[in-house]
Amino acid sequence: MNSSSNLIDALFIFVLAGFIGFEVIRRVSPLLHTPLMSLTNALDAIAVVGAIVLVGEHKSTLSAVFGFIAVVAATSNIVGGFLITDRMLKMFKSSRPAAKPAAKSVGQ
Amino acid sequence: MTAELAGGQVIIELVYLIASVLFILSLKWMSSPTTARHGIWAGEVGMLLAICGTLLHHGIVDYRLIAIGLVLGTIIGVPLGRVAMTAVPQRTALSHAFGALCVTLVGSAEFYLRSPDISRFMMAVLSLEVILGGLTVTGSLMAAGKLQEILPQRPLTYKGQNLVNFLLLAAAVAIAVTLVLHPDSRSLFPFMILIALAFGVLLIIPIGGADMPTVISLLNGYAGLSAAAMGFVLESKLLIIAGALDGSSGLILSIIMSKAMNRSFTNVLFGAFGQVQASAAAGEEARPVHSATPEEAAAILSAANRVIVVPGYGMAVAQAQHKVRELYDALTKRGVDVRFAIHPVAGRMPGHMNVLLAEADIPYDRLIEMDEINGDFPQTDVALVIGANDVTNPAARSDTSSPIYGMPILDVDKAHTVMVIKRSMNPGFAGIDNPLYYLDNTLMLFGDAKAFVGSIVRELSGGHA
Repeated sequence: MNSSSNLIDALFIFVLAGFIGFEVIRRVSPLLHTPLMSLTNALDAIAVVGAIVLVGEHKSTLSAVFGFIAVVAATSNIVGGFLITDRMLKMFKSSRPAAKPAAKSVGQ
Repeated sequence: MTAELAGGQVIIELVYLIASVLFILSLKWMSSPTTARHGIWAGEVGMLLAICGTLLHHGIVDYRLIAIGLVLGTIIGVPLGRVAMTAVPQRTALSHAFGALCVTLVGSAEFYLRSPDISRFMMAVLSLEVILGGLTVTGSLMAAGKLQEILPQRPLTYKGQNLVNFLLLAAAVAIAVTLVLHPDSRSLFPFMILIALAFGVLLIIPIGGADMPTVISLLNGYAGLSAAAMGFVLESKLLIIAGALDGSSGLILSIIMSKAMNRSFTNVLFGAFGQVQASAAAGEEARPVHSATPEEAAAILSAANRVIVVPGYGMAVAQAQHKVRELYDALTKRGVDVRFAIHPVAGRMPGHMNVLLAEADIPYDRLIEMDEINGDFPQTDVALVIGANDVTNPAARSDTSSPIYGMPILDVDKAHTVMVIKRSMNPGFAGIDNPLYYLDNTLMLFGDAKAFVGSIVRELSGGHA
């Protein structure tokens, strides 16, 4: 394993991905900044892959326990993050062509 | 990785490549509400592929514990995906904490598996990972606690606060440097984590509710960067990419939020908002204001051609958004053009107000950003301010002594008539007096936002029945 060339590769990837992220996210409508954050949160929970390997390899009790908690935490972010982003985006509707003529219900 | 492993490894890496592309597309599609839901699909498929690919990893011997973890995480995640829209800021803060917890735990486990056989560079990145991760865990928990009002929302400040914080951070960095230079000193590692955790708590203590949009974004950025650092440690390109995307998203949002408050990052983090207002309470002399009843407000609104509603966090606190939708419907039916002016920091996290109004079924093309709508106020008959305060304060434009001087605001005072729904004349969260309330063209509508808007709607529909 040539670790210094791996490091350089990793830095390339990090910097380029940062640029892509910057350009893509700059174009996100401010309307959607809240769902954007819950979506990036879910995507960030891809850290679960590291945790899965830790648990699966079971190299020590400590690594398995830490990995297990990490799997639970990341999975809850994945599930919760996608779920709430979807719920939010479903709510964003454009103007209806005509207002519904339904009778107005006055609360209280 | 050498050629022997190539077979399985190549497949896993290709799966990760596809997942990375899907993640980028997912964010790209968030650019508009019309494509945003494709974005979720892309993200979900990418995630599923990545997890399945990982399960093929040759080193995995125990699948039971993984399965239990995935199931348990799902059980916790589902309710977190079903919280009320008003609670989304604290949910988001909590999920930053979970994400950072995962990163910190994996980083710690990797340390104990590898140390002292760990290269200097790796140790440096690993330290960065767990310090950023650790402070994000406790910092986000503190932010969530403040947003959920379990913890006091008022900023807590004390003398020498910044010095204490700085020294703590310096201590954590000093330990990191020691670990890099002397790999044998592994007993120091837990202290580095503890200090990072303590630093996270102290970092958020002095931050008030109005600064939460910036702080949540910043914590989002930290969580992303710590995940990217974890990608370096695990040599996972997918993780580096996801972390870089999340990190840049958090940083961009923090920049937008601090600009919208005319403050720098350092000012948000190191200069609590609460301490500047010593002078504000002094001007307590009762100045005359004009007030109006729901009947009068309804009459003015129905005579208007153009109305701009300015919602703030107070609207969400009063749960008034559904009544506001009824008002929007009633006025639209009468041919009044109703739009909503959204300040970037309205609410408790970036974009929060849009979500609350969309939930109340207000079409998103009626929600207009500050920069786009500000020029329209002079041609507007009525600006109706509901639960917003500082973002409408004209002192930010003119009064150099005001603590919010220079902050971009919505120019509601330029509308022909301004109506402000407010409980009383008590100054708002930040404790800053608002000269808007004393203008000749301003009418104060005193009462609970939900009840008051409800009364206006009754008046408007009463005219029909």
